[in-house]
Amino acid sequence: MGLKILTEHINVPGIETLEVYRKHGGYRSVEKALKTMTPDEVVEEVKTSGLRGRGGAGFPTGMKWSFLAKPEGVPRYLVCNADESEPGTFKDRWFMEHNPHALIEGMITSSFALGANTSYIYIRGELLFVLRILEKAIAEAYAAGLLGKNILGSGYDLDLHVAPGGGAYICGEETALLESLEGKRGNPRNKPPFPAVKGLFQCPTVVNNVETISSVPWIVNNGGAEYAKIGVGRSTGTKLISASGNINNPGVYEIELGVPVEEFIYSDQYCGGIWKGKQLKAVVPGGSSVPILPANLILKTAAGEDRLMSYESLSDGGFVSGSMLGSGAFIVFDEDQCIVRNTWNYARFYHHESCGQCSPCREGTGWMEKVLHRIEYGHGHQQDIDLLVSVSKQIEGNTICPLGDAAAWPVASAIRHFRHEFEWHINNPKEATTPGAVYRGQFDTVTA
Amino acid sequence: MAETINEVKFSDEAMAEIQRYISHYPEGRQKSAILPILHIAQAEFGGWVSPEVMDKVAEILNIQPIEVYEVATFYTMFNLKPVGKHVLEVCRTGPCCLRGADQVIEMIKQKLNIEEGETTADGMFTLKPVECLASCGTGPMLQVRELFYENIDSEEKLNEFLKMMRNKEHETPTWKK
Repeated sequence: MGLKILTEHINVPGIETLEVYRKHGGYRSVEKALKTMTPDEVVEEVKTSGLRGRGGAGFPTGMKWSFLAKPEGVPRYLVCNADESEPGTFKDRWFMEHNPHALIEGMITSSFALGANTSYIYIRGELLFVLRILEKAIAEAYAAGLLGKNILGSGYDLDLHVAPGGGAYICGEETALLESLEGKRGNPRNKPPFPAVKGLFQCPTVVNNVETISSVPWIVNNGGAEYAKIGVGRSTGTKLISASGNINNPGVYEIELGVPVEEFIYSDQYCGGIWKGKQLKAVVPGGSSVPILPANLILKTAAGEDRLMSYESLSDGGFVSGSMLGSGAFIVFDEDQCIVRNTWNYARFYHHESCGQCSPCREGTGWMEKVLHRIEYGHGHQQDIDLLVSVSKQIEGNTICPLGDAAAWPVASAIRHFRHEFEWHINNPKEATTPGAVYRGQFDTVTA
Repeated sequence: MAETINEVKFSDEAMAEIQRYISHYPEGRQKSAILPILHIAQAEFGGWVSPEVMDKVAEILNIQPIEVYEVATFYTMFNLKPVGKHVLEVCRTGPCCLRGADQVIEMIKQKLNIEEGETTADGMFTLKPVECLASCGTGPMLQVRELFYENIDSEEKLNEFLKMMRNKEHETPTWKK
């Protein structure tokens, strides 16, 4: 078993309570940071750790923190992005549900580092039951003097609140999230100015993911250098991976970055192999927005080396033969899954979730859904495949926020790697639309 | 529960909760509390937010009604027309579909004799397919109010679930417990 940083105590009965959490070393980082460190020293430790944003983008957290503007007399904010809505991603929800104090501890330590005296956890509205769990834990923290005025006699004040969303994937984008937190529609903002300069209420703001913030206490307790020793290369530390789809053991796993993908899929410690003894067809390794890879490419890099669960290895080969670690949402497809149907399903998702602000996204996602729908339902034309490629290219990079890219990449990659499957649907509409039908021609299968 | 929809009067409990949320934001930024208030309003007034309810929310927040309408119509969680006693929000997105969500939606349609977005004649169920609910490892799944019902992977389990829901009252929002 690898090192557990976030989940070491997750199965301890009562860990969601302050009493049990503290018995297992909880809130030590708050004591250490507030009583023995300066905010800049905390930021330096996070920089040294090499911790990268765990929400999907993978941007170095310490560097992001160091960008925060610090004008005199203007409040600063830390906002936790708990709007986990990416298909395939459920690690943050699971983590908050089972270990709420770990996030609160991270919020206090991180807010201290950033000089924030009010912080928010913006949680997706569908997770109101998790919001209640967090609010209960926050109330415990206030009662214990871990939140509020003069925390632990340190002279540092912090108020922490939870804010629910209303059901909009786009609010996972940091500026859309800030708009939503201000009580508006979740339309992303143009950047610059970046949130570090003008964020929540036009004040300097850092927006970090749940897992990112929850990793900070271990870094403060053990030092950034120790964290940097874990993992592989610039992929330091551990990562929560949410595994779903056609595998024997769906769930959330904490891995040391660098575990071979093959081990992750087939080992009983993790996914436990393909469901019902079937063959592996494809994997989306980092959430629905990242490129899909056929079986052979998910196991080996372009250079023929074992593909690893790390930012660099999963992106090796660029989008020609690689993908992204993203949010760590690992979606596995067995041989009985139809790539066309799945691609249409994701296209429908992105069309539904487009905020409608940018024309390429608003119109383009609708076009892609419509064309994919007609291919899936037996009314496609040969030129539709190139039309999809063309539309995806016209969306990619042409929108205010990354939702356009997120919508385009699944379609472009599915055609890149499974074009024959789209052609089969178009050429054999009767067969392709028979319930349960799936293309069983050329694709790279892997048997455990 | 509020007294009547026409009066649009929040219960004392709900008003206390609304004031608590407003207090989380700086002076003059009370509009930030609009989403939690709309959640509370929906729970108070039969699972949906009518124009009258939205007007009341605007009054509480001291903002224009249009500011509430544009928010309520943007976010998918707010129902803008009456719904059944139980709204079955079935996840229809990729990972759940890999485990059979499409079949679950079809079975619900057949068993309840309704299409997507419709309510059963007895007013008991509304079917509302939704996008990813962050339960991909336990799909197929659905949500009713604040609760998740997961691993609905057979007709037997679906039957059991529907039977349970028929005998169940509205879920009490946990802030009332």
